[in-house]
Amino acid sequence: MSTDFYRYLLRHGDDNLVLSQRLSEYISYAPELEEDLAVANIALDHLGVAMHLLEYAAGVGDNGHSADELAFHRSERDFTNLLLVEQPNADFAHIITRQFFFDAYQVGLWEALIASNDETVAGIAAKASKEAAYHLRHSSSWMIRLGDGTAESHARTQAAIDALWRYVGELFESDTLDEAVSAAGLGVNPASLRAAWEERVDGTLNEATLSRCEDDYQRNGGRRGFHTESLGHLLAEMQWMQRAYPGMQW
Amino acid sequence: MDAAGLSGDAMVTVATSKLREVLEEVVDPEIPVLTIADLGILRDVAEEPGGRVVVTITPTYSGCPAMDHLRGEIERVLHEHGRDEVQVVTTFQPAWTTDWMTPEAKAKLTEYGIAPPRADVAAPILCPRCSDDASRLVSEFGATACKALRVCSSCGEPFDHFKEI
Repeated sequence: MSTDFYRYLLRHGDDNLVLSQRLSEYISYAPELEEDLAVANIALDHLGVAMHLLEYAAGVGDNGHSADELAFHRSERDFTNLLLVEQPNADFAHIITRQFFFDAYQVGLWEALIASNDETVAGIAAKASKEAAYHLRHSSSWMIRLGDGTAESHARTQAAIDALWRYVGELFESDTLDEAVSAAGLGVNPASLRAAWEERVDGTLNEATLSRCEDDYQRNGGRRGFHTESLGHLLAEMQWMQRAYPGMQW
Repeated sequence: MDAAGLSGDAMVTVATSKLREVLEEVVDPEIPVLTIADLGILRDVAEEPGGRVVVTITPTYSGCPAMDHLRGEIERVLHEHGRDEVQVVTTFQPAWTTDWMTPEAKAKLTEYGIAPPRADVAAPILCPRCSDDASRLVSEFGATACKALRVCSSCGEPFDHFKEI
């Protein structure tokens, strides 16, 4: 169980770490100052969650790797984040849509993990659930402003939905690891989060005059370490300093 | 002898009963009018039989960048008071809430120019400068993770609002 639990913590830690890095890339490029602050703050929240989960994973794994080593010394194949969070910052609509899909997922995830019988996971979830709810409020309001805005903002946001929809199925896929961890009362089976997610997403898309992608083609592989081309580039930038100067501090 | 009264002398060991008082010196780096006790970050201070001091703190937000700084400050202040063995422990349970902020802390925030978190989110947010209850949200995210940015509709001044969580 401890190996499964370790890998479970890594999955969720990796989701937050990778998304934090993606959002950080965007700082100073947002369309308005308030959004720059928002992106920076949301990135910081995800980084905090990632740090707590990876630190805890390092203790549970007990394999000699610190949280920093897990973040900076693992290769692409060892990262088990969802494909959604590694997708590039193509434009503001992509950033908001990616965030909206992920926030709607994490709101349900953390809410469920508050009931984990592992005290640390429950504590991290209790804190993260408040933050996720705030993030969702922000991303939902942007979905509505963009979707129900100008013809240009509507078209771009619908294009972002169509481009990212293929990665949402993976959020709710469960494998033997998820089943084992949820059966032990430590984690939650992602499949159980789908119905509430669809309800949240459909409600906002409807208000935003947007729609789900008509093509339901889905991709997966992130949880097994098979990523899209984008992750390698992200890791190269995130990890180069610790790779070049291992253990360096500032 | 009141050891805390001789805090300038590092050779004097502060008494157990005064540890919490000594830690009151540690302030939030981003809102320096508030101490870690005011904010509810300081959860527990205990002394082990061997003399080691164990301080338990909890983060306000998951990614609060002040936590590392506060750990260092707690160690520094206790070292200055003759406590060499200090352990700072972080706890997540129960999760921090703005309800733990003392009324004194909220008054200090207002005086500092930040609208404090409300006990009841249905209550109006008062402008810290003119106390008017009409303001509009400029940004849900402000200069730090814990604050939102608003503008007073009466005096026209922008101000930070410490968000309720």
